[in-house]
Amino acid sequence: MSAAAPVVDGPLVAMLRRVGAVGVFFIRVLAQCLPALARPRLVVHQIYNSGARSLIIIMLCGLFVGMVLGLQGHDLLARFGSEDALGVAAALGLLKELGPVVGSLLFAGRAGTALTSEIGLMKATDQLTAMQMMAVDPLRVVVAPRFLGGLIALPLLVAIFNVVGLFGAQLIGVQVMGVDTGAFWSQMQAAVELDDVAEGIIKSLVFGAACSLVAVYEGYHAAATAEGVGLATTRTVVNSSVLILVLDYMLTAAFL
Amino acid sequence: MSSPIVNDAARTALADVVVDVRNVHYAFGRRAIFSGLDIVARRGRITAFMGPSGTGKTTLLRLITGQIAPTEGSITVFGQDVTSLRQRELFGLRRRMGMLFQNGALLTDLSVFENVAFPLREHTRLPESLIRQLVLTKLHAVGLRGAANLMPAELSGGMSRRVALARAIVMDPEVLIYDEPFVGLDPISMGVIVRLIRQMNEALGITSIVVSHDVEELAAIAHESFLLSQGKVVASGTPAQLRASNLEVVRQFMEGIADGPVPFHYPAPDYFDQLLSRGPR
Repeated sequence: MSAAAPVVDGPLVAMLRRVGAVGVFFIRVLAQCLPALARPRLVVHQIYNSGARSLIIIMLCGLFVGMVLGLQGHDLLARFGSEDALGVAAALGLLKELGPVVGSLLFAGRAGTALTSEIGLMKATDQLTAMQMMAVDPLRVVVAPRFLGGLIALPLLVAIFNVVGLFGAQLIGVQVMGVDTGAFWSQMQAAVELDDVAEGIIKSLVFGAACSLVAVYEGYHAAATAEGVGLATTRTVVNSSVLILVLDYMLTAAFL
Repeated sequence: MSSPIVNDAARTALADVVVDVRNVHYAFGRRAIFSGLDIVARRGRITAFMGPSGTGKTTLLRLITGQIAPTEGSITVFGQDVTSLRQRELFGLRRRMGMLFQNGALLTDLSVFENVAFPLREHTRLPESLIRQLVLTKLHAVGLRGAANLMPAELSGGMSRRVALARAIVMDPEVLIYDEPFVGLDPISMGVIVRLIRQMNEALGITSIVVSHDVEELAAIAHESFLLSQGKVVASGTPAQLRASNLEVVRQFMEGIADGPVPFHYPAPDYFDQLLSRGPR
């Protein structure tokens, strides 16, 4: 494998090669997910690591995104004299777009980088090789639990982001700008459909899978040096962010 | 019974060959690391692979354990051709081997106790009380029973290596592979490791393979050693036989002479020319 003759690729071929490698890796990780779920302790630990430890940043950012929505939404709707629709605007904006996208971007920066550098350092210190020498597949005990942890944690974080965001929008819209409380909540209740909620949930699941996959892939394939781990961590943030936004467009187009 | 030259007849006569490396070639990119390597390790003995840094000693261990595949030649461990095994079979083979890494390679998120228990928890369904007994026994053997609750970050280099040794023997392997076990240790820790390697071999009858360049330590424990240089075995035999060798490359290594068949200078243009030329470097 390492003795192969050097192949000269154009950038397009190199990119395709990379996408293919990630795809193959994805399948190998998926194949280890059931065995990993058989011992849920590791997965639960990773949900704690990726999820619980990202709670504060998710809640803080959710609050401010919601407050900005309250201000901007109020300003925009007031021009048409329909401030009462602020609840609907905030709810739909958060549920369908801002919650999944901003939540995932934060997740990539907070939890994704931690996953990449952790796996990369385990590789750099021979821990992954040691596992293989003990006849233990690191994909099963290291990679799959982390992938599953991210996949499960992100939708939960996005749900919390949305709740705190709505509180923020309400705080500014109703308490500060003076929108009627009853109108804010009742219009929201009347206008938001189950499909809107489902769209947000599906998006956050897809983004969770994408972020976690990128993070574990980059960590697992990091060059086993301090510099390599640093580069891999950077690539995790850049690649997951781009992937989230591209996937967001594709999913939105598919839902509308 | 250790013959310096291993021929085919001798190999087949010896049913106790555990690791058999024949005519192995391996290249990393364009750089050839091995060109026709022949090595055997026999049951119940301590075999040493020696050689200057960069001769691919660690690469040889990776070949033997099936982490990488040779470009040519065959590698047989317990009579199985390592190069043709699928992952499941390879894992089966590795459960009969233990490996001690240069830096210990302890799992940093687990305590010393859990590190040693790790292979047991992965491969067996033993009750917790038995796991505890086994782990404490192995930790006691390396003198670190008292450190069971420490985390790897709290250990010194020598201690990490001893914990790694306890982990390597917890599944009672038939072969133990040591990758540079003496590097970076103070004299006391070094003595401890030397003693442990010998104990593992004598008390448990474990076939041992030690990769190192510490001539003194190896001479004290090895039954047979192979000296690697430039992709080949340049000499083999007991440490005493190697010491008595007249080959220049063997003498250079055994006595630590700076210049010789292994040159002091990395290949470079002529010194005089380079100093007088007006190049940027």
